[in-house]
Amino acid sequence: MENINVIKVGMADLQVSRHPGMLTTLGLGSCVGVALYDTVKKIIGLAHIMLPSSLQARNVSNIAKFADTAIVKLVNDMISLGASKEHLVAKLAGGAQMFAFNNSSDIMRIGSRNVASSKDTLHELGIPIIAEDTGGNFGRTIELYSDDGRLLIKTIGHGVKQI
Amino acid sequence: MSISINDLNSMHIDVLKEIGNIGAGNAATALAKMLNKRIDMEVPKVKILEFKDVNEILGGAEILVVGILLRITGDLSGYIMFILEYNAAHLLVNILMGKPSSDLNEFSELEASALKEIGNILAGSYISALSSLTNLKISPSVPDMAVDMAGAILSVPAIEFGKVGDTVLYIETEFSEGSAKVIGDFFLIPNVESYDVLLKALGVIN
Repeated sequence: MENINVIKVGMADLQVSRHPGMLTTLGLGSCVGVALYDTVKKIIGLAHIMLPSSLQARNVSNIAKFADTAIVKLVNDMISLGASKEHLVAKLAGGAQMFAFNNSSDIMRIGSRNVASSKDTLHELGIPIIAEDTGGNFGRTIELYSDDGRLLIKTIGHGVKQI
Repeated sequence: MSISINDLNSMHIDVLKEIGNIGAGNAATALAKMLNKRIDMEVPKVKILEFKDVNEILGGAEILVVGILLRITGDLSGYIMFILEYNAAHLLVNILMGKPSSDLNEFSELEASALKEIGNILAGSYISALSSLTNLKISPSVPDMAVDMAGAILSVPAIEFGKVGDTVLYIETEFSEGSAKVIGDFFLIPNVESYDVLLKALGVIN
């Protein structure tokens, strides 16, 4: 790979990068990876979201944890690097249900709730979602590249794809 | 007033380790009986991790593992999780089902259900030791299994902690066969509200 800036994004974490850069997050399960791309400036941003909403939480000290607060912060961090909100497009990956459990309680359906809440927040911000690979019952590792905003998705037993 | 992760002192941590020791010890004995092999276990570790570090605790977020998860309810709530190295999981079912140990393809439905049953028996022995030690009523759910990246599996019990804080606590015990081959890790992951219950039941706090 050429000499680009690779940054790892942990769970409940978010990172941004100028071009040339690559942001990656490993082993996404029910968490959702929200990948934003400024199509003009080639600035990228990636959030690894754990929970749908900060509103029901008792502790909101880490705003990268929640879909509603993380996406807003991600957009602001990208704007600080020179991105414009009008040029942003979004891609989503993750939100799986790793364990089936018959009594699908709230916590077990967290993946789909994370996806739904991320979409709501993106709609409110007026950022179009141009691709997604969400749901299922398997983990994903994702890589977001600044040269063209492609999102590479790797799995175990469910192939590799690019969206 | 309930104890949060940040309030746990070194004595509390030692008590949680001892709980892991007794529970996992009982589970190791059950596993040894099932396999008719010697099973060793490491001294349990209490890991308090920030979420960003959770994915890496088994040496890499993308390692292929078999995860068997049970929810526990009753006086204590939380999860019990048994993580098996992928090859070790195959070895386990092959020994139990009396098959040659060369087949490393996907698990058949029968093999998967045998693995879940192993999880069930081990979690049952862990819980019964814990329960007789503390006099607490603890019931496990039906086990469920996932074969996937370690990070994706480990994040499932962590998510519940996200609502109340920025760290998760795992009581981890590593199992190996003989003294060489690591089989997997046993995790007890009590919910935040359960530290109080556990420490009170053992007379460590009032």
